[in-house]
Amino acid sequence: MEMPAPDMSVISRRDQIAARLTDALADPAAVITDPAETRAYECDALSAYRCPPLAVVLPSTTAEVAAVLRICHDERVPVVPRGAGTSLAGGSMPTADAVVIGLARMTDVLEINPQDRLIRVQTGRTNLAVTGAVAGQGFFYAPDPSSQLACAIGGNIAMNSGGAHCLKYGVTTNNLLGATVVLMDGAVVELGGPMGEGAGLDLLGVICGSEGQLGIVTEATLRILPTPEGARPVLIAFDSAETAGACVAAIIRSGILPVAIEYMDRPCIAATEDFCGAGYPDCEALLIVEVEGSAPEIDEQLRLIRDIAQGFAPLEFRESGSEDESRRIWLGRKSAFGAMGVISDYMCLDGTIPVSQLPHVLNRIGELSAKAGLRVANVFHAGDGNMHPLILYDANAPGDLERCEDLGADILRLCVEVGGCLTGEHGVGVEKRELMTAQYTPADLEAQMRVKDVFDPQWLLNPAKVFPLTVSAARRGQGGQDAA
Amino acid sequence: MRPETEKELAALIRAATSPVSITGGATRLRPGEGQGNRIDLRALTGITLYEPEALTVVVRAGTPLAEVQAALAAENQMLAFEPDPRDGSTIGGVVAANASGPRRVSAGACRDAMLGIRMVTGEGEIIRNGGRVMKNVTGYDLVKLSAGARGTLGAITEVALKTAPVPPVRATLRLTGLDDAGAIAAMTTALTGPFDVTGAGRLTNGTVILRLEGLAGSVEYRAGRLREALGPQAAIETVEGDADFATLRDYGQTGEAALWRIVLRPSQAEPLLAQLPDPHIVDWGGALIRAEAPQDWRPDLPQGARADCERGAAMSLPETDPVIARLNAGIRASFDPRGLLLEGAA
Ligand SMILES: Cc1cc2nc3c(=O)[nH]c(=O)nc-3n(C[C@H](O)[C@H](O)[C@H](O)COP(=O)(O)OP(=O)(O)OC[C@H]3O[C@@H](n4cnc5c(N)ncnc54)[C@H](O)[C@@H]3O)c2cc1C
Repeated sequence: MEMPAPDMSVISRRDQIAARLTDALADPAAVITDPAETRAYECDALSAYRCPPLAVVLPSTTAEVAAVLRICHDERVPVVPRGAGTSLAGGSMPTADAVVIGLARMTDVLEINPQDRLIRVQTGRTNLAVTGAVAGQGFFYAPDPSSQLACAIGGNIAMNSGGAHCLKYGVTTNNLLGATVVLMDGAVVELGGPMGEGAGLDLLGVICGSEGQLGIVTEATLRILPTPEGARPVLIAFDSAETAGACVAAIIRSGILPVAIEYMDRPCIAATEDFCGAGYPDCEALLIVEVEGSAPEIDEQLRLIRDIAQGFAPLEFRESGSEDESRRIWLGRKSAFGAMGVISDYMCLDGTIPVSQLPHVLNRIGELSAKAGLRVANVFHAGDGNMHPLILYDANAPGDLERCEDLGADILRLCVEVGGCLTGEHGVGVEKRELMTAQYTPADLEAQMRVKDVFDPQWLLNPAKVFPLTVSAARRGQGGQDAA
Repeated sequence: MRPETEKELAALIRAATSPVSITGGATRLRPGEGQGNRIDLRALTGITLYEPEALTVVVRAGTPLAEVQAALAAENQMLAFEPDPRDGSTIGGVVAANASGPRRVSAGACRDAMLGIRMVTGEGEIIRNGGRVMKNVTGYDLVKLSAGARGTLGAITEVALKTAPVPPVRATLRLTGLDDAGAIAAMTTALTGPFDVTGAGRLTNGTVILRLEGLAGSVEYRAGRLREALGPQAAIETVEGDADFATLRDYGQTGEAALWRIVLRPSQAEPLLAQLPDPHIVDWGGALIRAEAPQDWRPDLPQGARADCERGAAMSLPETDPVIARLNAGIRASFDPRGLLLEGAA
C-alpha cells in the first residue's frame, strides 16, 4: 500500500507548529509530539499499515477544534481526525506530515430529550455509552457496530457505520438528526435540524460517510428509540448454503421484518465451536434470526418464521426459550471474528450484494478461494446482503499476504459485478481506495471530489483516503506546493 | 423539451445556453419554481428492476408514482416512505422534493429510502452514485445530497428505492377532546413507548390520530396497551385502516391561500400552535405543522425551527447561516458550473 510522500516543509516546521497548537489549547498536555507517545496513533485497527504523525492534538471543545484547524489551515498541515481508531479501512491512519486530531476527550452528553426522542453528545463518546446514557429512560441508540464498546460516534458518522440490527433500524445516516461540524478553515456550522432537516441541500447527508474528509464533527444530535419490550432469536441449520439463502429471501418476502438475520458457514461454525463451544449443530450453514416486541408479538412472529423455515427442510430449528438460550444462540456469532483469529491470520472483507445473488456469490467465492489456494470463511448480515468473507492466510509465509489481497480484490469486484458494492460498513479509507474505479467511473469520482473541493479547497483533511491516489493527485498536490 | 433517453437528456443539457428547470409531472412546484425552459422527464419511464425479496426497486425518473405503487402493491409491498400521491406525480419529482409523509416518524424520509441514483449534471455529464443495496459506504453519499435538491444539482434519471412489506393489519386510534398541549402529549406518549406507532398527527378538525400496523395479534395487543397508556384524558376510538392518514398526508393539495410548512421539535410545538390561525394540521408527532396562514405571517419561530411557504410567494425563515449558504452555493456550482439549473422539483 502506497502513501504520498510527506511534505518536508511541514515536517521541518514541526516545533513551530506544535508551539502554535499548544498556545491555542487550554491544557498544554493536549498536544503530543514526543515520538514515544505519538506512536500510539500510528495506525487504526487496520494495523498492517502504520506511520507516526507529526503531532497529536486532543481538544476538549468545539472552539478548540476550530482553533486547531485554523492553525493547520494557515500552516498548510494535513489533518487526520480520529475517534477511537477502530477503523478497519485505515481511515484514521496518519502520514508523517499530519496532525491527528483525537476526539477522545470530548465525551460529554449535552442534552437528553425523551420528548423529542433525541440525544446530543460530543462525538468522542462511544457508541455504547450513548445507549448507556438513555437506557435508564427506556431508550436506545439503534446503530450497533460490533465495535460499539470502543468506537466513537464521530467515527460512526464519518464511516456511516452499521450493525447487526440495521435491517430494521437503518444505519448511522438514518439515525443522525444534526451535527456541529468544524470546516478546515475553522468555520463552525450546525447541519441538520428538527427531523434532520436543514436549510437547502442535505449537507448532513453528505457529511455522514465522508470519512473525515469534509469537516470534523464535534457534536451530534442522534435519534433515540424506545427500547422494545423483548427480543428472541432462533437458530436455523441447513445442509446447503443455497437453501439458507433461499430461506432468507422467503422470510423477507413474507413481510416479517426481523431485526437481524445473520449467516455463518461451516468453516466459521467449526472455528467458533472450538473457541467457545456454543453448541451449534453440525451443518453447512446456519441462520440466526432475531425478532422483537412484546411476548405475544414475538411468539406470533416466530410461529410464522417456523412455518417458512419448515418449507426448506432445515436440519434443526432451535427457538430460544430463555435469556440463557438466547445468549448461547448469539455466542458463536459474536465470537466468530475472535475465533477465526485463533486458528489463523485473516483478512476481513466487507462487500455488499443484492440478497438474490447470495447463492451465486457464495459459489463463486468457493471457486476463487480454491483457485487462490486460500480458505475463506463466511459470516455476515444476510438480511441486508452485507458480506464479511474472512480470507485465512499465514502472515509469516512469504507471498501469502499478496495472494490474500489479490483474492480479496477479486471477491470485492465480484460483489460489484452482481450489483453490489465495495464496502457496506467499514469504509474505503486507504484499504479500498485503489478499487474505487471498479465501482465508479472517472466522472462519478470527479463529482465526489468536487464536493470535497467545496468543503476543503486545499485538500488538507484526511487527503490520501477514499480516492485512488492517481485520481486525487492534482488536488492533493496543491496544499503542499503552495506552502513549499 | 422532452428527451426520450438519458443520452438525449445529457445532450440537451450540454447544449443549453439559457436557464432550464427539470420537471416531472410539475405537481410539486413551489412558489417561483419551474421557470426558464422546462426539461420534462416524463418520457424517461419504466421500472428497470424489482426484487421483492431484496426489498428494492429501481425506477426511471419519469415513471408515474401511481405506476410504481401499483407494481409494488401487486407483490404486496409499498415504498418504504410515504409520499403523498398527486395526479401525474412522477417518482423523480417525489425524490427531488424528498416528499416524506406520516411514516417518517418510524421509517424515515424519502431520502432514507433512496439507495442509489443516476443523474445528468448541469454540465451534461452522466453520473451514478450509491447502488441498489441496503448498505453502501463506498465514497460520498451524493444520493442524500440530491434528495430534496429540487433539480438544482442535475436531472435524476433513475433511482433505486427501498420497499417494505404492506402490513397485514392497520388500525387508527382516534382521540378527541384534546387541547394543543394534550394533543402533543398524546403523540409523545405514543412515540416514546414500545408501541411501534407508524404515524402520529392531528387533523384540521382537532382529532389526534395514531397508526398501528403489523400482524393482527400484535396490532390488537399494542392498541390495548396504548389505550391504557393514554389514560382517561381523551375519548379514544379505534378504527380499522388508515384513511385518516391519507387525509393528513394529502393536506394542502387544494386551495389558494398561502400554505406554510414548519418543521420544529415536538417540544416546541405548543407555543407555535397557539399563534396559528386555522386550518392547520400537525404531523410527525408534532415535528411538522402545515398551516394556511397569510403570506405576511411572521411566526415567532423557536430555536432551530424552519418555515417555508409552499404555496403563495416564495419565503423561507429564518435566513440561512452564511457559511451554510456558501457551502450550498459551492456545491450547486460544482454540479452546475454554468448556473443553468433552476429549481424545478416536480
Ligand atoms: C472488532 C471490530 C468490529 C467492527 N464491527 C463493525 C460493524 O459491525 N459495523 C461497522 O460499521 N463497523 C465496524 N467496525 C469498524 C469501525 O469500528 C467503525 O468504522 C467505526 O465507526 C470507527 O469508529 P472510530 O471512532 O474508531 O473511528 P476511527 O477509526 O478513529 O476513524 C474512522 C474514520 O472516521 C474519521 N473520523 C473519526 N472521528 C471523526 C470526527 N469526529 N469527525 C470527522 N471524521 C472523523 C477518521 O478520520 C477516519 O477516517 C469494526 C471494527 C472492529 C475493530
